[in-house]
Amino acid sequence: MIRPRIVLAKPGLDGHDRGVKVVAMGLRDAGAEVIYLGLRVTPAQLAAAALDEDASVVGISVLSGAHLPITEQVLAAIRAAALEAPLVVGGTIPPADVPVLRDLGAAGVFPAGTLLPEVVSGVLAIARAGAA
Amino acid sequence: MSAGSAAAGRAVTTDSGIPVAPVYTAADVAGTPEELSARLGLPGQQPFTRGPYRSMYRGKLWTMRQFAGYGSAEDTNARFHFLLGQGQTALSVAFDLPTQLGYDSADEIARPEVGRTGVAIDTADDMTDLFRGLPLDQVSVNFTINATAPIVLATYLVAAERQGVARSQLTGTLQNDILKEFLARKAYIFPPAPSMRLTADVVQFAADALPRFNPISITGYHAREAGCNAIQELALTMASAIAYCEELTGRGLDFDRFAPRLSFHFATTLDLFEEVAKLRAARRMWYGIATGRFGATNPAAARLRFFSGNSGTTLTAQQPLNNIIRSTVQCLGAVLGGAQSIHVMGYDEAFQLPSEDAVRLSLRTQQIIGLETGVSRTADPLAGSYFVEYLTDEIEARAADILAEIDSLGGAASALEKGVPQSWIAEAAYQAERDIAEGRRPKVGVNVHASPDDGDPAQLIELTQPDPAQAERQIARTSSRLARRDGPACAQALNLLRAVTRSGQNVMPALVDAARAGATVGEMAGVFRAEFGEFREPAPW
Repeated sequence: MIRPRIVLAKPGLDGHDRGVKVVAMGLRDAGAEVIYLGLRVTPAQLAAAALDEDASVVGISVLSGAHLPITEQVLAAIRAAALEAPLVVGGTIPPADVPVLRDLGAAGVFPAGTLLPEVVSGVLAIARAGAA
Repeated sequence: MSAGSAAAGRAVTTDSGIPVAPVYTAADVAGTPEELSARLGLPGQQPFTRGPYRSMYRGKLWTMRQFAGYGSAEDTNARFHFLLGQGQTALSVAFDLPTQLGYDSADEIARPEVGRTGVAIDTADDMTDLFRGLPLDQVSVNFTINATAPIVLATYLVAAERQGVARSQLTGTLQNDILKEFLARKAYIFPPAPSMRLTADVVQFAADALPRFNPISITGYHAREAGCNAIQELALTMASAIAYCEELTGRGLDFDRFAPRLSFHFATTLDLFEEVAKLRAARRMWYGIATGRFGATNPAAARLRFFSGNSGTTLTAQQPLNNIIRSTVQCLGAVLGGAQSIHVMGYDEAFQLPSEDAVRLSLRTQQIIGLETGVSRTADPLAGSYFVEYLTDEIEARAADILAEIDSLGGAASALEKGVPQSWIAEAAYQAERDIAEGRRPKVGVNVHASPDDGDPAQLIELTQPDPAQAERQIARTSSRLARRDGPACAQALNLLRAVTRSGQNVMPALVDAARAGATVGEMAGVFRAEFGEFREPAPW
């Protein structure tokens, strides 16, 4: 199968990048092509990069508590760019917000406490489902 | 890494990879008993291995300083009153990300983040509200603020003026450590060179104006939380301290005069003896650097004082009440290591900013250790332990090797520009995560002793609901304040700030004038943004 292309970023102002980098390395070692855009990426920049990179999945990480409004903004930018790639969200996410993020349109939610192999296999499964 | 070596050959090591023997004897402590005594000194005496003060906790317990802040200045003021009412002995302010990054609450990029990770401060009026009913000549305040540290300090000085408190009476600590933002915490704004200038401006200003205030807290904590080990944490902290001291002595400042107000910040994680040894080694190492590299003759300039934040990354979302036990051990490690002030993590921090209940329990953890266990009765109680002295020597030697490596890269700032320590951190974080996933590093409730009936963590903790309208309220409050200020006077103060920024003079006096004239954090940071530009991190891969 084609190597999945995962575009990862930290939108918003939060600088906690330990988790997103660990996930990036895990996905890379599982055979994915990972494009990490770095910190303070705006939703529009993220959508444009995902389009350019032909992303199979877009992943964001938010640990500041602003995951709900930021996910809404990113999904709006993805739709505005007519991007088909599904969005996955990780970070410090209280249990009650997991279904809220899914209802907003996140294809996968990986709160703090999810073990790395679970994140990697979850993201790759979403990438494969999108490609199928 | 312990797990790597365990996989290779079942070697038993500390978390930082120092081999651990089944038992230690006098033969494991280097040199003669007299040589050991010289390496230790007495508490309050050089080389300060055993602590910065003679009586340590017998004279006064450490400062119990829970990091707090959320929502508006009024919300956080209420939390401060609550904490002091519960027996906390000082304050520590958490700021929201817009304040940390120099944006006003009304800025488009700021809105989703207003009041989330801490309190929103737009103007000196917010700072005044933050300390309402809290006399600033009596309460010591810690500010976790870095890129905008000079700006936030200016608003604080205005708040103190309005309380009628003299600058000479202010006590507390401004984090103001920009190097570790580039390294790990990532709340930088400007490029490294002007950032270093702002940090040094604050330290220089404080050396004259704020005799009881610590204008910088040099920290390895965030690098540790981001993934590096205890030895790297110690070496990186010392490398940063050296870089700041070189900047300040390069300005012609007298080391003996400013260095007594330098403070430090370390993590305390779960490998109890290694952490205690690291903290003891840190004091001895700083003594050596201060006297050896900078020629300190004032003993206070070579005496390391530190704050310990316990580790959030050791906590788990699974079986969250277990975090109370983890935090207790970490707090004990900080006490046995001789901390001057301590924060204990909330057990719910894998989910949210700590709830009031969690914060109270963190404070109670400190109080129980301080008042019920007897650990405060004598200074440095682990001194002379064969194992702890072996570890202290070993950590100091290994950290010195890493420091030499950083020196050979041209010092902390240059090593950061090359991305070297960042790659240590990222690789170590990845290794740690795989060690947990693959069972090499036990984590109770996660990879061992996890049970299907652990239940829903959401049922075990009190989840707090953020108030969605609070950003709008903050924006409205600031906008009505801006309508009342003297616009031309404020514009003039900002022009003066711009001129001073360009000329290379110390920015602090002009910042205080601008804050007093009602300038916003975003406007003051905007002057620096226009003059200095913004830093963008190079891609890690």
